[in-house]
Amino acid sequence: MKKIINNPENVLEEMLEGMLKANPNTLKRIEGTDVIININSPIKNKVALVSGGGSGHEPAHAGFVGEGMLDGAVCGSVFTSPTPDQVFEAIKAVDSGKGTLLIVKNYTGDVMNFEMAKDLADMEGIEVDYVIVNDDVAVEDSTFTAGRRGIAGTVFVHKIAGAKASKGAELSEVKAVAEKVINNTRSMGMALSPCIVPAVGKPNFILAEDEMEIGIGIHGEPGISREKIKTADEIVKELLDNILKDIDYSNSEVAVMVNGMGSTPLMELYIANNAVYDILENKGIKIYKTFVGEYMTSLEMSGFSITLLKLDDELKELLDYETKAPFFK
Amino acid sequence: MKVDNVKKIIINIGNIMEENKSFLSELDAAIGDGDHGHNMAKGFNFVIEDFNNNDYDDLGLLFKKVAMLLISNVGGASGPLYGTAFMEISKEFSGRDELNISDLEKILELSLKGIKLRGKAELDDKTIIDALQPAYLSVKKDLENNESENQVLENMVMAAEKGVEHTKEIIAKKGRASYLGERSIGHQDPGATSTYLILKTIKDNII
Repeated sequence: MKKIINNPENVLEEMLEGMLKANPNTLKRIEGTDVIININSPIKNKVALVSGGGSGHEPAHAGFVGEGMLDGAVCGSVFTSPTPDQVFEAIKAVDSGKGTLLIVKNYTGDVMNFEMAKDLADMEGIEVDYVIVNDDVAVEDSTFTAGRRGIAGTVFVHKIAGAKASKGAELSEVKAVAEKVINNTRSMGMALSPCIVPAVGKPNFILAEDEMEIGIGIHGEPGISREKIKTADEIVKELLDNILKDIDYSNSEVAVMVNGMGSTPLMELYIANNAVYDILENKGIKIYKTFVGEYMTSLEMSGFSITLLKLDDELKELLDYETKAPFFK
Repeated sequence: MKVDNVKKIIINIGNIMEENKSFLSELDAAIGDGDHGHNMAKGFNFVIEDFNNNDYDDLGLLFKKVAMLLISNVGGASGPLYGTAFMEISKEFSGRDELNISDLEKILELSLKGIKLRGKAELDDKTIIDALQPAYLSVKKDLENNESENQVLENMVMAAEKGVEHTKEIIAKKGRASYLGERSIGHQDPGATSTYLILKTIKDNII
């Protein structure tokens, strides 16, 4: 393992402190926890938004804390869901009395821990509701599995629900718009190389020089199929085919996110985006706004994911709403 | 069996988790994210530390403490699942300071109920339940048939072990392993394995 770390046990602590030192005017940490909140929290008369999950997806989720997006992010150990007591600490710190919405990615551990945190908040009389993001078309959504995973599309939920909350909406309205985003967002990713969880010290799977893994999640877990590597255009087509098969995006306007998994150069992300643009244009799908960069990574995994969000007037306005979250650009 | 014996068994469960943490994490790496053993060891290390510093005379309080420490420190899905099991047990044994073999059936029944409720999983989903449910049914049957204490415990562990073996043959339907679909076949479930290890530790410390 070759990493810029001191001790595998301290990666979370040192990462959080480094992030706080880089953003002293926007973020603060609740003492004794791994919870990062907006420095101005709680914000009076505003529904609060809390998200989180395992660490290793930076800038998600703490990088999306700030006015117009999240009020709090709960940072678990690397790729491990945070515990209910930590989520509850976040809820207590950001809730202004108008209620809190939890934005949870669909992983069994995350769902269970956030649900338990909601139970704890209920007992204290704090109003909490939650939505579960499941944008990844690579895995089946059926009664036989835990459902589709939540991946980079989660960032669109943060952005749009965050804008809605900032405009003074009630908890039920913020939840409704979050669910609208979830229902209209689909993603799929691929990897050229695995990542190494610092505490484990070796990769979860090995790819040969000429192989790629299609349909990976964001935890270094294997994907749905292994194939010989193809050109950027062919890879993008394969991912988009799966996404477009799932929702009919024809004649609609979309937001596009081309998300790097941690160690793919921007050059390659732009090459991928070039192909995304051409394919969508050919199909008559209009691109309203494009985001290219690292939003939801998987440590140093090399690869990327594509996310499409079908927009209407409300979603467009909320997507454009200003945010001071340090990493949403 | 008095509270201190129960405490000793739980400490030994912690030691077994520590000894097996790499093994459990390797099982997890094949189908999940590779941290099950490390997380379980971490959670139980907090339990051991607490037990070394505090005395308990009520089983309800003892089990509740274990529940809270697992929930707050294990993370992932295992924390809420094992934590919920201990929480359910703690409610039942509040105010008691002694356990006997017939309580084992209740303990397994409550654990199974709690874990099913929290994880929304059933038998053959390739989870903890595939070890826990056969173990519970074995204990229930043996107690009805007035088997000896040793036999009850031996059979319980054998049933759990068989359940673990069975997880190699089935497709995961819960947790991250479910995303592998058919590719999860051939791999032993780490959660069922840790449950087996816990049950075996209980047996080894009573017999």
